[in-house]
Amino acid sequence: MKNTIRQVFHSPKFVGGFVIFVAILLTMIIYPLFNPGNPLQQIGVGTFAKPGTYVSLYDATRAQTETFRLPEADENRLAASLTDEDRVAMVEYFTAVGVDITDLDTSDTDTLLQMWEDNYDPSVRPKGMTGARVNYFKRLNNSLQDLKGGDTVIIAEEGEDGALLESKSISTTDYVRTGAVANVKTLPLGTDNFGRDVLKELVSATGTSIGIGLLAGVVATLIGLTFGLLAGYLGGFVDDFIMFITNIFTVIPGFVLLILISYSIGQEQRGAAVVATVIGLTGWTWTARSVRSQVISLRNRDHVNLSKLSGHSLLRIILTDILPYIASYVVMAFILQVSSGILAEAQLSLLGLGPRTTEVPTLGLMMNWAMLYSAHTNGSWWAYFPVILVITLISFSLNLMNTGLDQVFNPTLRD
Amino acid sequence: MSEAVREQKDFTNAPLCLSGKGVTKVFGFGDKRTVAVDHVDFEFHEGEFVSIVGESGSGKTTLSKMLLGLSNATEGEIYFQGKLRDISNGHKKKEYWKGIQAIFQDPFSSFNTFQKIDTVLLDCINMRGGKNLSKEEKTKLMTEACNFVNLKFAELTNKYPFELSGGQMQRLMIARIFLLKPKILLADEPTSMVDACSRATILDMLLNLRDETGMTVIFITHDIGLAYYISDSVYIMEHGKFVEYGKADEVILHPQAAYTKRLISDVPKIHEEWDLSTVDLKADA
Repeated sequence: MKNTIRQVFHSPKFVGGFVIFVAILLTMIIYPLFNPGNPLQQIGVGTFAKPGTYVSLYDATRAQTETFRLPEADENRLAASLTDEDRVAMVEYFTAVGVDITDLDTSDTDTLLQMWEDNYDPSVRPKGMTGARVNYFKRLNNSLQDLKGGDTVIIAEEGEDGALLESKSISTTDYVRTGAVANVKTLPLGTDNFGRDVLKELVSATGTSIGIGLLAGVVATLIGLTFGLLAGYLGGFVDDFIMFITNIFTVIPGFVLLILISYSIGQEQRGAAVVATVIGLTGWTWTARSVRSQVISLRNRDHVNLSKLSGHSLLRIILTDILPYIASYVVMAFILQVSSGILAEAQLSLLGLGPRTTEVPTLGLMMNWAMLYSAHTNGSWWAYFPVILVITLISFSLNLMNTGLDQVFNPTLRD
Repeated sequence: MSEAVREQKDFTNAPLCLSGKGVTKVFGFGDKRTVAVDHVDFEFHEGEFVSIVGESGSGKTTLSKMLLGLSNATEGEIYFQGKLRDISNGHKKKEYWKGIQAIFQDPFSSFNTFQKIDTVLLDCINMRGGKNLSKEEKTKLMTEACNFVNLKFAELTNKYPFELSGGQMQRLMIARIFLLKPKILLADEPTSMVDACSRATILDMLLNLRDETGMTVIFITHDIGLAYYISDSVYIMEHGKFVEYGKADEVILHPQAAYTKRLISDVPKIHEEWDLSTVDLKADA
């Protein structure tokens, strides 16, 4: 036993998968300690905030300012303020006034602005350009001049007599430390359509999904193991009856059955545990079949006969003389069941037949929300891509562990 | 023809231990119908050392499975100690198995590799009703059994069967029989997987066991020379039928059936005496 475990942990494939899976589990346990709270709490107003660090504007103006002269500050500000749309519009203007733009790189802010300064003339109305477009270019030019010119912005307040009073000026060389700002929110993965922290939701969802996978795996393996052991060992009528039921379940496509059962249970009754059990109840057939065939090859071995001759009970023979011999196989089948349970939950949820949405997030539900709110069409990759990555990683690690185990227990597969 | 190397007792008047009438085993149906054992009759007496000899596929092992009650006969009756054998439920089977035990061909697959040797021997003590014995008494019994087969119990405790050699495992199997003391021991080619040296040791132990406990030994083998050397009576099996049977001397020294003659001619040096003086029976495997 000890030897086998040592051998398993010498298989690079198993260790690789194990490390990934343990890393995911640790993240799942440790992250909520640093970021406690309900993962379904809506922290954002509006949908799909981009990943990044958000500073309270209100608190930032009150923070202690420090003065720096950063040489690239102007360029960075211009580059960040000039949107892609503006850059394309500038190229359009250059074309309209007949400037050679063959070597122009729109991402090179410096050259672009220099060219704009050289060529823009507010008094000229290029041929064929609408008035609205001309006004757009005037506004663009004004905002560019604002960004470039001056190093102080004066913020005025209304005085008692109704006149504006100069109260505070902000210099372009003024900075605040984010540490000094009272309210800073870092969203490594932004927010989703409901304004919820995606990372927090993802960590919680990973936990729920692995839980669903484990429960589904346990249910499927227990049923499959019991049926397989009984059918294989007892043979005869019991075998025929169990295989009859197994064949019925095999013939009906599992996923269709899953959809029908989930649908008939109803949204309100579908908690995570219920969904996991339903997945387990539909996925045990091939475990039963393969356990049965293994048991059939074992049941006439001499050590089983010897155990019979020693007067051992049926239960004892199955538990001590058959089960240990197929244990490695059952562990591998269990790992695959967990993996397919997680995938089945994701598929069901994507169809809107997953666990009810009000309690816990699952990986499938997160994908469902991202799909319903068009995250994939409006470019909010952070709402679905990390979810896909996590599902892939879990599946990958479990299958890698399974391959590793397979190579340890079936020496013919070793390369 | 040389005389038998060993004194062979006459068992024809001894009480019957195991007998059968028209025992048949059929596998499959229709085109795939195979008659493995075809209406065989046999009478094994108490204390007799019987050999069933036949080539591979002649139905020896199928017959042994039926004798052990591990598979049911398609037809025919088996009598145990003069009464029709009844193994219709688990409890009755358990009772029957107190009277008949087996040693299998392959020692490496005979033991559950996940159980320690102590467990195997303790099971035997429990089966003989020694469940309530003190630990010391159990250890004493196990040590006695191991001594009988030239194994040291102290060296075997906490070891797994796969840590032993094939010969040692087969001797452990005999120690198991020694503890169980059944009426009948069915040995299904117990020596075919071990080396020649261990073979002599094991055969010697089987004979000692028979002499000591008076059990019937049914020895299944393909080696007619071995059968001649060891047994009191011999059954020759061909294609599921007993073509010839009787006292070992009569069958082997004066074979009647063509199949028996062929089997004898296939054995090298059957007419020479087995020189046991060169074999150290106490040698370790």
